[in-house]
Amino acid sequence: MTRRPYSLALWARTVAAWGVTLLLFFPLGWMALTAFKTELQAIHVPPLLLFEPTLGNFHEVQERSDYLLYAKNSIVTSVLSTLIGLLIAAPAAYSMAFFRSRQTRNLLMWMLSTKMMPAVGALVPIYVLAQKTALLDTQAGLIIVFTLSNLPIMVWMLYSYFKDIPNEILEAARMDGATLWQELRLVLLPLGMGGIASTGLLCLVLAWNEAFWALNLSSAKAGTLATLIASYSSPEGLFWAKLSAASLMAIAPIVVFGWFSQKQLVQGLTFGAVK
Amino acid sequence: MNRLLPRALLAPAVVTLFLWMIVPLLMTIYFSLIRYNLLQPEISGFAGLENYQFFLTDPSFTAAVLNTLMLLGSVIVITVVGGVALALLIDEPFPGRSLVRILLISPFFVMPTVNALLWKHMMMNPIYGVLAQVWRFFGAQPVDWLTDVPLFSVIIMIAWQWLPFATLIFMTALQSMNREQLEAARMDGASYLQQLRYMVLPHLGRSIAVVVMIEMIFLMSVFAEIFTTTGGGPGDASTNVAFLIFKQALLNFDAGVASAGALFAVVLANIAAVFLIRMIGKNLD
Repeated sequence: MTRRPYSLALWARTVAAWGVTLLLFFPLGWMALTAFKTELQAIHVPPLLLFEPTLGNFHEVQERSDYLLYAKNSIVTSVLSTLIGLLIAAPAAYSMAFFRSRQTRNLLMWMLSTKMMPAVGALVPIYVLAQKTALLDTQAGLIIVFTLSNLPIMVWMLYSYFKDIPNEILEAARMDGATLWQELRLVLLPLGMGGIASTGLLCLVLAWNEAFWALNLSSAKAGTLATLIASYSSPEGLFWAKLSAASLMAIAPIVVFGWFSQKQLVQGLTFGAVK
Repeated sequence: MNRLLPRALLAPAVVTLFLWMIVPLLMTIYFSLIRYNLLQPEISGFAGLENYQFFLTDPSFTAAVLNTLMLLGSVIVITVVGGVALALLIDEPFPGRSLVRILLISPFFVMPTVNALLWKHMMMNPIYGVLAQVWRFFGAQPVDWLTDVPLFSVIIMIAWQWLPFATLIFMTALQSMNREQLEAARMDGASYLQQLRYMVLPHLGRSIAVVVMIEMIFLMSVFAEIFTTTGGGPGDASTNVAFLIFKQALLNFDAGVASAGALFAVVLANIAAVFLIRMIGKNLD
Protein backbone atom coordinates (compact mmCIF):
# COMPACT_ATOMS: atom_id res chain seq x y z
CA MET A 1 0.00 0.00 0.00
CA THR A 2 1.46 3.33 -0.92
CA ARG A 3 1.13 5.58 2.04
CA ARG A 4 1.41 9.22 1.23
CA PRO A 5 0.75 11.24 4.37
CA TYR A 6 -2.04 13.77 3.89
CA SER A 7 -2.88 12.51 0.46
CA LEU A 8 -6.17 13.51 -1.07
CA ALA A 9 -7.59 10.06 -0.35
CA LEU A 10 -6.78 10.38 3.33
CA TRP A 11 -8.43 13.78 3.52
CA ALA A 12 -11.52 12.50 1.76
CA ARG A 13 -11.65 9.50 4.09
CA THR A 14 -11.25 11.66 7.18
CA VAL A 15 -13.95 14.10 6.14
CA ALA A 16 -16.38 11.36 5.10
CA ALA A 17 -15.84 9.27 8.23
CA TRP A 18 -16.21 12.23 10.57
CA GLY A 19 -19.21 13.51 8.63
CA VAL A 20 -21.11 10.24 8.93
CA THR A 21 -20.09 9.78 12.55
CA LEU A 22 -21.22 13.23 13.61
CA LEU A 23 -24.49 12.74 11.75
CA LEU A 24 -25.14 9.45 13.55
CA PHE A 25 -24.08 10.85 16.91
CA PHE A 26 -26.06 14.05 16.44
CA PRO A 27 -29.34 12.93 18.08
CA LEU A 28 -27.50 11.94 21.25
CA GLY A 29 -25.37 15.06 21.29
CA TRP A 30 -28.45 17.18 20.74
CA MET A 31 -30.25 15.47 23.58
CA ALA A 32 -27.30 16.07 25.91
CA LEU A 33 -27.26 19.74 24.92
CA THR A 34 -31.01 20.12 25.40
CA ALA A 35 -30.76 18.67 28.89
CA PHE A 36 -28.95 21.83 29.95
CA LYS A 37 -31.41 24.28 28.38
CA THR A 38 -34.52 25.87 29.83
CA GLU A 39 -37.81 24.65 28.35
CA LEU A 40 -38.17 27.83 26.27
CA GLN A 41 -34.65 27.52 24.90
CA ALA A 42 -35.31 23.89 24.07
CA ILE A 43 -38.01 24.71 21.50
CA HIS A 44 -36.41 27.91 20.24
CA VAL A 45 -36.58 28.41 16.47
CA PRO A 46 -33.93 28.40 15.07
CA PRO A 47 -32.26 25.93 17.46
CA LEU A 48 -29.88 27.48 19.96
CA LEU A 49 -26.30 26.32 20.05
CA LEU A 50 -25.07 28.92 22.50
CA PHE A 51 -26.94 29.41 25.75
CA GLU A 52 -26.35 29.62 29.46
CA PRO A 53 -26.48 26.05 30.78
CA THR A 54 -28.77 25.22 33.67
CA LEU A 55 -28.91 22.22 35.97
CA GLY A 56 -32.54 22.89 36.85
CA ASN A 57 -33.92 20.06 34.74
CA PHE A 58 -32.00 17.42 36.62
CA HIS A 59 -33.41 18.62 39.95
CA GLU A 60 -36.90 18.66 38.51
CA VAL A 61 -36.65 15.13 37.17
CA GLN A 62 -35.54 13.87 40.57
CA GLU A 63 -38.38 15.69 42.30
CA ARG A 64 -41.05 14.73 39.79
CA SER A 65 -40.39 11.03 39.66
CA ASP A 66 -37.68 10.00 42.09
CA TYR A 67 -34.94 9.18 39.58
CA LEU A 68 -32.78 7.64 42.28
CA LEU A 69 -35.35 4.94 43.05
CA TYR A 70 -35.52 3.88 39.39
CA ALA A 71 -31.75 4.05 39.06
CA LYS A 72 -31.39 1.81 42.09
CA ASN A 73 -33.86 -0.68 40.57
CA SER A 74 -31.92 -0.66 37.30
CA ILE A 75 -28.62 -1.28 39.04
CA VAL A 76 -29.93 -4.02 41.32
CA THR A 77 -31.84 -5.91 38.62
CA SER A 78 -29.15 -5.74 35.94
CA VAL A 79 -26.23 -6.60 38.23
CA LEU A 80 -27.97 -9.43 40.07
CA SER A 81 -29.49 -10.96 36.94
CA THR A 82 -26.06 -10.93 35.30
CA LEU A 83 -24.36 -12.57 38.30
CA ILE A 84 -27.03 -15.24 38.74
CA GLY A 85 -27.00 -15.86 35.00
CA LEU A 86 -23.24 -16.37 35.00
CA LEU A 87 -23.51 -18.79 37.91
CA ILE A 88 -26.01 -20.93 36.00
CA ALA A 89 -24.52 -20.54 32.54
CA ALA A 90 -20.82 -21.04 33.29
CA PRO A 91 -21.08 -24.62 34.60
CA ALA A 92 -23.30 -25.53 31.65
CA ALA A 93 -20.88 -24.00 29.16
CA TYR A 94 -17.96 -25.75 30.87
CA SER A 95 -19.73 -29.05 30.65
CA MET A 96 -20.59 -28.58 26.97
CA ALA A 97 -17.16 -27.36 25.97
CA PHE A 98 -15.09 -30.01 27.73
CA PHE A 99 -17.39 -33.01 27.91
CA ARG A 100 -18.84 -32.89 24.43
CA SER A 101 -21.40 -35.47 23.62
CA ARG A 102 -23.60 -36.12 20.65
CA GLN A 103 -26.35 -34.01 22.12
CA THR A 104 -24.22 -30.95 22.79
CA ARG A 105 -24.87 -29.36 19.44
CA ASN A 106 -28.60 -30.00 19.54
CA LEU A 107 -28.74 -28.66 23.06
CA LEU A 108 -27.04 -25.44 22.01
CA MET A 109 -29.36 -25.00 19.06
CA TRP A 110 -32.37 -25.63 21.26
CA MET A 111 -31.19 -23.03 23.76
CA LEU A 112 -30.71 -20.48 21.04
CA SER A 113 -34.12 -21.26 19.59
CA THR A 114 -35.78 -20.45 22.94
CA LYS A 115 -34.30 -16.98 22.57
CA MET A 116 -35.89 -16.59 19.17
CA MET A 117 -39.36 -16.95 20.57
CA PRO A 118 -40.68 -13.46 20.88
CA ALA A 119 -41.06 -12.45 24.50
CA VAL A 120 -44.60 -11.36 23.79
CA GLY A 121 -45.47 -15.00 23.19
CA ALA A 122 -45.04 -15.59 26.89
CA LEU A 123 -46.55 -12.33 28.06
CA VAL A 124 -49.94 -13.56 29.27
CA PRO A 125 -48.67 -16.64 31.14
CA ILE A 126 -45.74 -14.83 32.72
CA TYR A 127 -47.99 -11.96 33.74
CA VAL A 128 -50.47 -14.36 35.30
CA LEU A 129 -47.71 -16.31 37.05
CA ALA A 130 -46.10 -13.13 38.36
CA GLN A 131 -49.45 -11.97 39.65
CA LYS A 132 -50.22 -15.28 41.38
CA THR A 133 -46.80 -15.45 43.03
CA ALA A 134 -46.87 -11.79 44.07
CA LEU A 135 -43.79 -11.10 41.96
CA LEU A 136 -45.49 -8.39 39.93
CA ASP A 137 -43.68 -5.08 40.29
CA THR A 138 -40.89 -6.51 42.44
CA GLN A 139 -37.16 -6.51 41.86
CA ALA A 140 -37.08 -10.28 42.35
CA GLY A 141 -39.62 -10.78 39.56
CA LEU A 142 -37.59 -8.70 37.11
CA ILE A 143 -34.34 -10.39 38.13
CA ILE A 144 -35.81 -13.83 37.42
CA VAL A 145 -37.16 -12.79 34.02
CA PHE A 146 -34.00 -10.93 32.97
CA THR A 147 -31.83 -13.87 34.00
CA LEU A 148 -33.91 -16.36 32.08
CA SER A 149 -34.21 -14.29 28.95
CA ASN A 150 -30.43 -13.71 28.83
CA LEU A 151 -29.49 -17.25 29.79
CA PRO A 152 -29.38 -18.74 26.25
CA ILE A 153 -27.07 -15.98 25.05
CA MET A 154 -24.85 -16.40 28.08
CA VAL A 155 -24.50 -20.16 27.65
CA TRP A 156 -23.81 -19.78 23.97
CA MET A 157 -21.20 -17.06 24.41
CA LEU A 158 -19.39 -18.76 27.27
CA TYR A 159 -19.40 -22.01 25.33
CA SER A 160 -17.81 -20.38 22.30
CA TYR A 161 -15.08 -18.92 24.50
CA PHE A 162 -14.48 -22.04 26.55
CA LYS A 163 -14.19 -24.30 23.54
CA ASP A 164 -11.15 -22.30 22.40
CA ILE A 165 -9.32 -23.32 25.58
CA PRO A 166 -7.32 -26.48 24.84
CA ASN A 167 -8.75 -29.46 26.66
CA GLU A 168 -5.22 -30.72 27.33
CA ILE A 169 -4.54 -27.96 29.82
CA LEU A 170 -7.52 -28.97 31.93
CA GLU A 171 -6.63 -32.64 31.58
CA ALA A 172 -3.08 -31.98 32.70
CA ALA A 173 -4.40 -30.28 35.82
CA ARG A 174 -6.66 -33.26 36.48
CA MET A 175 -3.75 -35.66 36.03
CA ASP A 176 -1.80 -33.70 38.58
CA GLY A 177 -4.58 -34.43 41.03
CA ALA A 178 -6.46 -31.14 40.95
CA THR A 179 -9.95 -31.38 42.35
CA LEU A 180 -12.82 -30.07 40.23
CA TRP A 181 -12.94 -26.92 42.29
CA GLN A 182 -9.20 -26.32 41.85
CA GLU A 183 -9.45 -27.04 38.16
CA LEU A 184 -12.19 -24.47 37.75
CA ARG A 185 -10.65 -21.84 39.98
CA LEU A 186 -6.99 -22.13 39.04
CA VAL A 187 -7.17 -23.13 35.38
CA LEU A 188 -10.51 -22.37 33.77
CA LEU A 189 -11.23 -19.07 35.50
CA PRO A 190 -7.94 -17.35 34.57
CA LEU A 191 -8.01 -18.68 31.01
CA GLY A 192 -11.68 -17.94 30.47
CA MET A 193 -11.73 -14.58 32.23
CA GLY A 194 -11.87 -12.57 29.01
CA GLY A 195 -14.88 -14.51 27.80
CA ILE A 196 -16.63 -14.38 31.14
CA ALA A 197 -16.07 -10.64 31.31
CA SER A 198 -17.42 -10.08 27.77
CA THR A 199 -20.47 -12.18 28.52
CA GLY A 200 -21.13 -10.40 31.77
CA LEU A 201 -20.71 -6.96 30.21
CA LEU A 202 -23.08 -7.72 27.38
CA CYS A 203 -25.76 -9.11 29.64
CA LEU A 204 -25.42 -6.13 31.94
CA VAL A 205 -26.12 -3.82 28.99
CA LEU A 206 -29.01 -5.99 27.78
CA ALA A 207 -30.60 -6.09 31.22
CA TRP A 208 -30.13 -2.37 31.80
CA ASN A 209 -31.83 -1.56 28.50
CA GLU A 210 -34.50 -4.28 28.68
CA ALA A 211 -37.83 -2.61 28.11
CA PHE A 212 -40.45 -5.21 27.23
CA TRP A 213 -40.62 -7.08 30.53
CA ALA A 214 -39.80 -4.00 32.55
CA LEU A 215 -42.73 -2.12 31.01
CA ASN A 216 -45.15 -5.00 31.41
CA LEU A 217 -44.15 -6.40 34.80
CA SER A 218 -43.16 -3.37 36.79
CA SER A 219 -44.38 0.11 37.56
CA ALA A 220 -43.93 2.45 40.50
CA LYS A 221 -42.15 0.15 42.94
CA ALA A 222 -39.68 -1.91 40.93
CA GLY A 223 -39.67 0.08 37.69
CA THR A 224 -36.31 0.44 35.98
CA LEU A 225 -35.04 3.52 34.17
CA ALA A 226 -36.54 2.20 30.92
CA THR A 227 -40.01 2.48 32.48
CA LEU A 228 -39.26 5.88 34.00
CA ILE A 229 -38.52 7.22 30.53
CA ALA A 230 -41.66 5.64 29.07
CA SER A 231 -43.69 7.75 31.51
CA TYR A 232 -42.55 10.76 29.49
CA SER A 233 -44.13 9.43 26.30
CA SER A 234 -47.22 11.63 26.38
CA PRO A 235 -46.36 15.29 26.11
CA GLU A 236 -47.41 17.60 28.91
CA GLY A 237 -46.78 21.24 28.14
CA LEU A 238 -43.18 22.14 27.61
CA PHE A 239 -41.16 19.16 28.63
CA TRP A 240 -38.32 18.57 26.14
CA ALA A 241 -35.59 19.82 28.43
CA LYS A 242 -36.87 17.67 31.28
CA LEU A 243 -37.22 14.69 28.94
CA SER A 244 -33.65 15.21 27.76
CA ALA A 245 -32.36 15.47 31.28
CA ALA A 246 -34.18 12.31 32.33
CA SER A 247 -32.96 10.45 29.24
CA LEU A 248 -29.40 11.59 29.78
CA MET A 249 -29.53 10.42 33.37
CA ALA A 250 -30.96 7.07 32.24
CA ILE A 251 -28.41 6.27 29.56
CA ALA A 252 -25.25 8.01 30.78
CA PRO A 253 -24.17 5.26 33.19
CA ILE A 254 -24.46 2.49 30.62
CA VAL A 255 -23.08 4.48 27.67
CA VAL A 256 -19.98 5.53 29.59
CA PHE A 257 -19.64 1.98 30.83
CA GLY A 258 -19.96 0.81 27.22
CA TRP A 259 -17.28 3.21 26.00
CA PHE A 260 -14.77 1.74 28.41
CA SER A 261 -15.56 -1.84 27.59
CA GLN A 262 -16.43 -1.59 23.90
CA LYS A 263 -13.64 -3.85 22.66
CA GLN A 264 -14.64 -6.66 24.98
CA LEU A 265 -18.30 -6.06 24.22
CA VAL A 266 -18.06 -6.21 20.46
CA GLN A 267 -16.10 -9.42 20.69
CA GLY A 268 -18.68 -10.81 23.03
CA LEU A 269 -21.53 -9.88 20.73
CA THR A 270 -20.09 -11.85 17.86
CA PHE A 271 -20.38 -15.02 19.93
CA GLY A 272 -16.64 -15.36 19.47
CA ALA A 273 -17.25 -16.04 15.79
CA VAL A 274 -15.47 -12.99 14.45
CA LYS A 275 -11.91 -12.52 15.49
CA MET B 1 -18.80 -39.94 38.47
CA ASN B 2 -17.22 -38.98 35.20
CA ARG B 3 -20.50 -39.41 33.38
CA LEU B 4 -22.61 -37.82 36.06
CA LEU B 5 -20.65 -34.65 36.65
CA PRO B 6 -21.08 -33.05 33.21
CA ARG B 7 -24.80 -33.64 33.41
CA ALA B 8 -25.04 -32.23 36.89
CA LEU B 9 -23.28 -29.08 35.73
CA LEU B 10 -25.55 -28.81 32.74
CA ALA B 11 -28.73 -29.45 34.66
CA PRO B 12 -29.48 -26.05 36.21
CA ALA B 13 -29.30 -24.24 32.86
CA VAL B 14 -31.24 -26.88 30.96
CA VAL B 15 -33.93 -27.28 33.60
CA THR B 16 -34.54 -23.56 34.08
CA LEU B 17 -34.61 -22.90 30.35
CA PHE B 18 -36.90 -25.84 29.77
CA LEU B 19 -39.32 -24.57 32.41
CA TRP B 20 -39.05 -21.04 31.03
CA MET B 21 -40.05 -22.40 27.64
CA ILE B 22 -42.54 -25.12 28.43
CA VAL B 23 -44.60 -23.64 31.27
CA PRO B 24 -45.60 -20.48 29.40
CA LEU B 25 -46.11 -22.52 26.25
CA LEU B 26 -48.50 -24.96 27.89
CA MET B 27 -50.34 -22.15 29.63
CA THR B 28 -50.57 -20.29 26.34
CA ILE B 29 -52.01 -23.32 24.60
CA TYR B 30 -54.53 -23.71 27.41
CA PHE B 31 -55.53 -20.02 27.44
CA SER B 32 -55.85 -20.02 23.68
CA LEU B 33 -58.53 -22.71 23.87
CA ILE B 34 -60.73 -21.09 26.52
CA ARG B 35 -62.76 -17.93 26.79
CA TYR B 36 -60.60 -15.76 28.98
CA ASN B 37 -61.33 -12.08 29.12
CA LEU B 38 -59.83 -10.32 32.10
CA LEU B 39 -62.73 -7.88 32.20
CA GLN B 40 -65.50 -10.46 31.92
CA PRO B 41 -64.55 -13.28 34.26
CA GLU B 42 -68.13 -14.60 34.20
CA ILE B 43 -67.73 -15.67 30.57
CA SER B 44 -65.62 -18.80 30.57
CA GLY B 45 -65.48 -22.28 29.19
CA PHE B 46 -64.03 -24.08 26.26
CA ALA B 47 -63.76 -21.96 23.13
CA GLY B 48 -62.36 -24.42 20.65
CA LEU B 49 -60.62 -22.61 17.86
CA GLU B 50 -62.66 -19.42 18.21
CA ASN B 51 -59.73 -17.42 19.53
CA TYR B 52 -57.55 -18.48 16.63
CA GLN B 53 -60.25 -17.61 14.18
CA PHE B 54 -60.71 -14.24 15.80
CA PHE B 55 -57.02 -13.42 15.80
CA LEU B 56 -56.30 -14.66 12.30
CA THR B 57 -59.32 -12.98 10.70
CA ASP B 58 -58.72 -9.72 12.53
CA PRO B 59 -58.05 -7.21 9.75
CA SER B 60 -55.09 -5.97 11.76
CA PHE B 61 -53.47 -9.36 11.52
CA THR B 62 -52.30 -9.28 7.90
CA ALA B 63 -51.06 -5.75 8.38
CA ALA B 64 -49.15 -6.78 11.47
CA VAL B 65 -47.44 -9.70 9.75
CA LEU B 66 -46.46 -7.54 6.79
CA ASN B 67 -45.21 -4.78 9.08
CA THR B 68 -43.13 -7.26 11.07
CA LEU B 69 -41.46 -8.58 7.93
CA MET B 70 -41.02 -5.11 6.48
CA LEU B 71 -39.40 -3.87 9.66
CA LEU B 72 -37.11 -6.85 9.96
CA GLY B 73 -36.11 -6.81 6.29
CA SER B 74 -35.52 -3.07 6.04
CA VAL B 75 -33.46 -2.81 9.19
CA ILE B 76 -31.33 -5.80 8.25
CA VAL B 77 -30.69 -4.46 4.73
CA ILE B 78 -29.92 -0.94 5.97
CA THR B 79 -27.60 -2.07 8.73
CA VAL B 80 -25.74 -4.68 6.68
CA VAL B 81 -25.21 -2.47 3.62
CA GLY B 82 -24.56 0.66 5.66
CA GLY B 83 -22.45 -1.24 8.15
CA VAL B 84 -20.18 -2.71 5.49
CA ALA B 85 -19.79 0.68 3.84
CA LEU B 86 -18.99 2.40 7.12
CA ALA B 87 -16.64 -0.34 8.23
CA LEU B 88 -14.71 -0.03 4.96
CA LEU B 89 -14.60 3.72 5.44
CA ILE B 90 -13.05 3.58 8.91
CA ASP B 91 -10.98 0.45 8.34
CA GLU B 92 -7.84 2.33 7.49
CA PRO B 93 -6.25 4.80 9.88
CA PHE B 94 -7.20 8.48 9.79
CA PRO B 95 -6.95 11.25 12.36
CA GLY B 96 -9.33 10.75 15.28
CA ARG B 97 -10.22 7.18 14.42
CA SER B 98 -10.47 5.95 17.99
CA LEU B 99 -12.80 8.81 18.91
CA VAL B 100 -14.93 7.98 15.86
CA ARG B 101 -15.23 4.41 17.08
CA ILE B 102 -16.47 5.54 20.48
CA LEU B 103 -18.99 8.00 19.07
CA LEU B 104 -20.22 5.46 16.54
CA ILE B 105 -20.98 2.70 19.02
CA SER B 106 -22.91 5.00 21.38
CA PRO B 107 -26.43 4.63 19.91
CA PHE B 108 -26.22 0.90 20.53
CA PHE B 109 -26.16 1.44 24.29
CA VAL B 110 -29.24 3.65 24.30
CA MET B 111 -32.30 1.99 25.80
CA PRO B 112 -35.22 1.58 23.40
CA THR B 113 -37.54 3.92 25.28
CA VAL B 114 -34.99 6.75 25.21
CA ASN B 115 -34.24 6.10 21.55
CA ALA B 116 -37.94 6.27 20.71
CA LEU B 117 -38.73 9.43 22.66
CA LEU B 118 -35.61 11.21 21.46
CA TRP B 119 -36.62 10.66 17.85
CA LYS B 120 -40.32 11.20 18.42
CA HIS B 121 -40.01 14.56 20.11
CA MET B 122 -36.73 16.20 19.37
CA MET B 123 -36.00 14.91 15.87
CA MET B 124 -39.37 14.16 14.26
CA ASN B 125 -41.72 16.69 15.82
CA PRO B 126 -43.30 18.42 12.80
CA ILE B 127 -42.99 21.93 14.26
CA TYR B 128 -40.00 22.18 16.57
CA GLY B 129 -38.15 18.99 15.65
CA VAL B 130 -34.66 19.24 14.22
CA LEU B 131 -35.68 17.51 10.99
CA ALA B 132 -38.57 19.92 10.47
CA GLN B 133 -36.19 22.83 10.85
CA VAL B 134 -33.76 21.32 8.38
CA TRP B 135 -36.60 20.79 5.92
CA ARG B 136 -37.75 24.37 6.36
CA PHE B 137 -34.20 25.65 5.97
CA PHE B 138 -34.19 24.12 2.51
CA GLY B 139 -37.60 25.58 1.81
CA ALA B 140 -39.43 22.26 1.97
CA GLN B 141 -42.68 21.48 3.78
CA PRO B 142 -41.80 19.67 7.06
CA VAL B 143 -42.92 16.05 7.25
CA ASP B 144 -45.17 14.85 10.06
CA TRP B 145 -43.12 11.69 10.40
CA LEU B 146 -45.05 9.62 12.91
CA THR B 147 -48.41 10.36 11.32
CA ASP B 148 -47.54 10.26 7.63
CA VAL B 149 -44.84 7.57 7.52
CA PRO B 150 -45.11 5.81 10.88
CA LEU B 151 -43.53 2.49 9.92
CA PHE B 152 -40.69 4.21 8.12
CA SER B 153 -40.09 6.36 11.20
CA VAL B 154 -39.86 3.31 13.42
CA ILE B 155 -37.48 1.73 10.92
CA ILE B 156 -35.23 4.80 11.09
CA MET B 157 -35.10 4.67 14.89
CA ILE B 158 -34.26 0.99 15.00
CA ALA B 159 -31.76 1.12 12.14
CA TRP B 160 -30.06 4.04 13.91
CA GLN B 161 -29.63 1.84 16.94
CA TRP B 162 -28.36 -1.24 15.11
CA LEU B 163 -26.15 0.33 12.45
CA PRO B 164 -23.32 0.97 14.94
CA PHE B 165 -23.47 -2.62 16.07
CA ALA B 166 -23.17 -3.95 12.52
CA THR B 167 -20.40 -1.49 11.71
CA LEU B 168 -18.25 -2.50 14.65
CA ILE B 169 -18.65 -6.20 13.98
CA PHE B 170 -17.69 -5.76 10.33
CA MET B 171 -14.79 -3.59 11.34
CA THR B 172 -13.53 -6.25 13.72
CA ALA B 173 -13.81 -8.79 10.92
CA LEU B 174 -12.03 -6.58 8.37
CA GLN B 175 -9.04 -6.28 10.66
CA SER B 176 -8.29 -9.97 10.19
CA MET B 177 -8.35 -9.60 6.42
CA ASN B 178 -5.19 -10.68 4.61
CA ARG B 179 -3.72 -7.39 3.41
CA GLU B 180 -1.08 -9.01 1.23
CA GLN B 181 -3.69 -10.87 -0.76
CA LEU B 182 -5.56 -7.63 -1.38
CA GLU B 183 -2.32 -5.98 -2.37
CA ALA B 184 -1.56 -8.79 -4.80
CA ALA B 185 -5.02 -8.50 -6.33
CA ARG B 186 -4.50 -4.79 -6.77
CA MET B 187 -1.16 -5.41 -8.47
CA ASP B 188 -2.87 -7.78 -10.84
CA GLY B 189 -5.18 -4.96 -11.80
CA ALA B 190 -8.31 -5.88 -9.86
CA SER B 191 -10.58 -2.84 -9.61
CA TYR B 192 -11.91 -1.73 -6.23
CA LEU B 193 -15.29 -3.24 -7.02
CA GLN B 194 -13.71 -6.54 -7.99
CA GLN B 195 -11.71 -6.63 -4.77
CA LEU B 196 -14.91 -5.93 -2.89
CA ARG B 197 -16.92 -8.56 -4.72
CA TYR B 198 -14.38 -11.39 -4.74
CA MET B 199 -12.33 -10.82 -1.60
CA VAL B 200 -13.85 -8.51 0.98
CA LEU B 201 -17.46 -9.71 0.89
CA PRO B 202 -16.60 -13.42 1.06
CA HIS B 203 -14.33 -12.65 4.00
CA LEU B 204 -17.22 -10.90 5.73
CA GLY B 205 -19.67 -13.75 5.09
CA ARG B 206 -19.43 -15.19 8.56
CA SER B 207 -19.85 -11.88 10.32
CA ILE B 208 -22.79 -10.96 8.10
CA ALA B 209 -24.41 -14.22 9.19
CA VAL B 210 -23.80 -13.32 12.82
CA VAL B 211 -25.25 -9.83 12.40
CA VAL B 212 -28.35 -11.14 10.64
CA MET B 213 -28.89 -13.77 13.31
CA ILE B 214 -28.53 -11.42 16.27
CA GLU B 215 -30.70 -8.76 14.66
CA MET B 216 -33.41 -11.30 13.89
CA ILE B 217 -33.43 -12.45 17.49
CA PHE B 218 -33.88 -8.93 18.74
CA LEU B 219 -35.99 -7.39 15.99
CA MET B 220 -38.72 -10.03 15.68
CA SER B 221 -40.24 -8.65 18.82
CA VAL B 222 -39.62 -4.93 18.58
CA PHE B 223 -41.96 -3.48 21.15
CA ALA B 224 -40.82 -0.52 23.20
CA GLU B 225 -40.11 1.67 20.18
CA ILE B 226 -43.67 1.23 18.94
CA PHE B 227 -45.21 1.40 22.42
CA THR B 228 -43.60 4.75 23.20
CA THR B 229 -44.00 6.45 19.82
CA THR B 230 -46.89 5.55 17.55
CA GLY B 231 -48.80 3.13 19.76
CA GLY B 232 -49.11 0.99 16.65
CA GLY B 233 -50.98 3.65 14.69
CA PRO B 234 -52.32 5.49 12.99
CA GLY B 235 -54.71 2.61 12.42
CA ASP B 236 -52.49 -0.41 12.14
CA ALA B 237 -49.83 1.36 10.10
CA SER B 238 -47.04 0.57 12.54
CA THR B 239 -48.43 -2.41 14.43
CA ASN B 240 -46.23 -5.50 14.34
CA VAL B 241 -47.21 -8.96 15.56
CA ALA B 242 -45.65 -8.39 18.98
CA PHE B 243 -47.57 -5.17 19.46
CA LEU B 244 -50.83 -6.66 18.19
CA ILE B 245 -50.64 -9.44 20.78
CA PHE B 246 -49.86 -6.89 23.46
CA LYS B 247 -52.89 -4.86 22.39
CA GLN B 248 -55.16 -7.88 22.66
CA ALA B 249 -53.78 -8.89 26.03
CA LEU B 250 -53.35 -5.70 27.95
CA LEU B 251 -55.49 -3.18 26.11
CA ASN B 252 -58.46 -5.36 25.14
CA PHE B 253 -57.90 -7.62 28.17
CA ASP B 254 -58.59 -10.64 25.99
CA ALA B 255 -56.04 -13.18 27.18
CA GLY B 256 -57.59 -15.93 25.08
CA VAL B 257 -57.16 -14.16 21.77
CA ALA B 258 -53.75 -12.85 22.80
CA SER B 259 -52.66 -16.41 23.55
CA ALA B 260 -53.81 -17.60 20.15
CA GLY B 261 -51.75 -14.79 18.65
CA ALA B 262 -48.79 -15.67 20.82
CA LEU B 263 -48.82 -19.24 19.55
CA PHE B 264 -48.84 -17.92 16.03
CA ALA B 265 -45.82 -15.76 16.85
CA VAL B 266 -44.06 -18.79 18.29
CA VAL B 267 -44.69 -20.75 15.11
CA LEU B 268 -43.45 -17.82 13.02
CA ALA B 269 -40.32 -17.55 15.16
CA ASN B 270 -39.63 -21.24 14.88
CA ILE B 271 -39.86 -21.18 11.12
CA ALA B 272 -37.33 -18.36 11.10
CA ALA B 273 -35.20 -20.18 13.66
CA VAL B 274 -34.98 -23.31 11.54
CA PHE B 275 -33.67 -21.31 8.59
CA LEU B 276 -31.28 -19.37 10.76
CA ILE B 277 -29.92 -22.33 12.62
CA ARG B 278 -29.18 -24.05 9.33
CA MET B 279 -27.28 -20.99 8.24
CA ILE B 280 -25.51 -20.25 11.52
CA GLY B 281 -24.89 -23.84 12.51
CA LYS B 282 -22.58 -24.17 9.54
CA ASN B 283 -20.90 -20.89 10.32
CA LEU B 284 -20.32 -21.26 14.01
CA ASP B 285 -18.83 -24.69 14.40
